[in-house]
Amino acid sequence: MKFTFLLLVGALFFNVNHALATETTYQSNDPQKQKLFLELKEELRCPMCQNQTIGDSNAMIALDLKRKTFELVESGKSKQEVIDYMKARYGEFVHYQPPVTPVTIWLWLLPVGFVVVAFGFMFLGKKRELSGEVNSDVTTTEETAPSSQELKKADKLLDKYK
Amino acid sequence: MKKILLFLVPLGAFLAISVFLLKGLYSEPRYEVSVSVSKAVPDFSLPDVMDPKKVYNKETFLGQKTLLNVWGVWCVTCAVELPYLTELRKQGVRIVGLYYQLNNDPDFDQKPLPQLQWEIRQMLGKHGNPYQFNIFDADRSYGMDLGVTGAPETFLIDELGVVRVHHVGDLNSRVWNEKFSMYFGEL
Repeated sequence: MKFTFLLLVGALFFNVNHALATETTYQSNDPQKQKLFLELKEELRCPMCQNQTIGDSNAMIALDLKRKTFELVESGKSKQEVIDYMKARYGEFVHYQPPVTPVTIWLWLLPVGFVVVAFGFMFLGKKRELSGEVNSDVTTTEETAPSSQELKKADKLLDKYK
Repeated sequence: MKKILLFLVPLGAFLAISVFLLKGLYSEPRYEVSVSVSKAVPDFSLPDVMDPKKVYNKETFLGQKTLLNVWGVWCVTCAVELPYLTELRKQGVRIVGLYYQLNNDPDFDQKPLPQLQWEIRQMLGKHGNPYQFNIFDADRSYGMDLGVTGAPETFLIDELGVVRVHHVGDLNSRVWNEKFSMYFGEL
């Protein structure tokens, strides 16, 4: 049952990927250029949509950028040249790969930092467990429990006011 | 102490994430990003939509502050801002239209020019005509050079032909006061 379910979900993903790869409007005779164009249209963002690639969107500007991308690729421009052309007009927003700057470096550092800290806690917990410190609850009750000396003192006081 | 921390740290984290996500909910990144500001207007050579024999280039913008308004007869919001722009023209602001043609593929379905001219006359007659003239960007390529994402959009170009403001969306008195009025002292 579980296996069939997984298989069905897997099939779904397979179909989606297959659908993404089709392009009917723009066909280059050069397979290398066609591959580059397909890559670019999934990497460039439609500047008027909230979160769609120019390949996914049917907004007028997305269609315009797609046509321009195809023209540039056909004229022999490299991937970086096309991306630079778009960035010169629509800013960093138009490319889905953010540049590494002091502000954006946290996008990469934070997840790594989180993993490191989490591992740190795990190892610390393990070490404590091994050195027997883990039964800290018992030690605290022992600390708060009255010692035999204190008990004797209390008994004395009780005897005094009997 | 430990208990207070156990309470405050998740609460703080929760609040920080909430504020961050709430801000994201109302952010319109495309309204904030504009590359063309503080740069000279890109060069072009485009005809007048009413009289294709007249051709304009970037010298058209020299010597006078100009509002370049991107619009089209198909654009509903443009019709809404036309009366306000006409008001501005009466106060002495020079407004030039960049006619933004609507069709998904410029190789097909070009509307015949006389029909387009008739539609433009109809629309400007109805809502007011703020434009000194209209530059015809038939394949929207000049719009792309300027970083236009749709219509309406308005650029303020100064006397030296440098873009000072790029506004996405309609122009109204609030936007004028926030973004444009400081460049037009004595209006």
